[in-house]
This record gives sequence, C-alpha cells and structure tokens, in this order.
Amino acid sequence: MSSTYDQIANIIAETCDIPRDTIKPESHAIDDLGIDSLDFLDIAFAIDKAFGIKMPLEKWTQEVNDGKATTEQYFVLKNLADRIDELVAAKNAGAGTGS
Amino acid sequence: MDINYFRLIDRIVDLNLDAKTIVVEAQVPAAHTIFEGHFPGFPIMPGVLLTEAMAQSSGWLLLGLLKFERMPFLAIVKEAKMRGFVSPGQLLTIEAKLEHEGSGFAVTKAKGRVGKELKCSAEITFGLSPFPDPNFRVYMDEMAKKIGFPLQAVSNG
Repeated sequence: MSSTYDQIANIIAETCDIPRDTIKPESHAIDDLGIDSLDFLDIAFAIDKAFGIKMPLEKWTQEVNDGKATTEQYFVLKNLADRIDELVAAKNAGAGTGS
Repeated sequence: MDINYFRLIDRIVDLNLDAKTIVVEAQVPAAHTIFEGHFPGFPIMPGVLLTEAMAQSSGWLLLGLLKFERMPFLAIVKEAKMRGFVSPGQLLTIEAKLEHEGSGFAVTKAKGRVGKELKCSAEITFGLSPFPDPNFRVYMDEMAKKIGFPLQAVSNG
C-alpha cells in the first residue's frame, strides 16, 4: 500500500496536471506548486474521499490567519500527509474528524 | 423558469434532508429570444442553462442542509453531459444528491430529465460562505417561499 504522501502527491498530479516527478515531500502546495484555492478545493474533495475524512480546511485557514499556525504546517506535503494520518487515526479511534 | 432573471427553478417537488436529495421542476418557456438564436429553425435549451439549472437545484438542496446559514456559490462543474436536446415548452425534472460535504465546500451530483429520458448530468462543487449581505438572505427566503421550499423541514431539523 502506498504511503499517505504518495497518495496525496498522485492526487495533486492528477487534479492539477502537475508532472508527478516535480512534486516532492518538501514541496509547498501553494508557494512551490502554485496550487490556487479552487484547485485545492478539488484536491480536498479527492483526499476526503480517498481517506474517508473531512479535512478541516476552514479551521486550518483560521489558524493561519490568526497567526496560530504557519502555512508550512498544513501545506508542505510531508506535513499535510502527517495531518491526514492524524485525522485518519482520530477517525479510527472514534474521536471524530477534528473538524 | 424565468430566464431573464436567471431563476431557472419553478418549484421544489421533494426535499429529503435525511437522504440528502432534492427533486425540482423547471418549465422551459415556450418562447424566448434565446431560442431565436439558439438555433434558428431548431430551438433548444443551451447547455450552459441546463448546467445552471442543475446547479440551482443543487444549491437549494445545500441551502436546506445548511439551514440557510451559508450560501453555496458555484465553483466547479465536472462531467457536465448534455445527453439530449431540451426543447421550448418541455418540463424539466431535476434531481440532485449530496455527494460530499467538506470543510467550506460541498459536492453534488445532478441529473435532468424530460419525462423518463435523461437529458443532462453533472458533478458540481460549491464553496460555502456566509451570506455577504443581509438583503441577499431575505431575497433567498422570499425565493424559497415562491418555489415551495419546505421551510418547516429546515426549522424542525
């Protein structure tokens, strides 16, 4: 089974028509890959479906806007993979999706 | 259907908040200037209007599910298929189903039929935002009453 990172990299490549080999774990979805909010919405749908979760995008955005988090925590792909793993673990533990 | 005001939905036939589905009817006008150009001698509903009708149907479903607390704005249309011609005077029945509710967005699937014949379908994504203007919300309430939106289903939910 492919890693969470590989799955989201594949989703981004397919959704945004970005060559898969240009996507790296250190890539920032917005700053490096140039993904805009509309494309990210499409990516969020694909990720939600693939992992059976509801990524709390609005909560994350609020945290960034309030200065409580950086965009790197959520939008650097290896970090995004970690966040998704946490959401999947929370869901499997029956603790909800964190949204 | 009031094409001039882009009000494409005439009435809500069924809204099921548990199943997250809606069925609406839209009466295509027998005559409109659009049909003079689209096309001379062969008037048919433009695909963009069928797509908009599917989006508006989905929008009313989402308004019900969101209890009118947020407004769905059209963001992405995928797999829009115009499967057959829709002519002036025909009654379009559109059904929409919630496919996914994400954080700040929702995805529906919609289908439009004339009689039993499938005429159009699409997967539609909406951004969900607070109403940007209180008058907008008042207008949507008025429209809801006009098209028979079962407001009690929302208040009881």
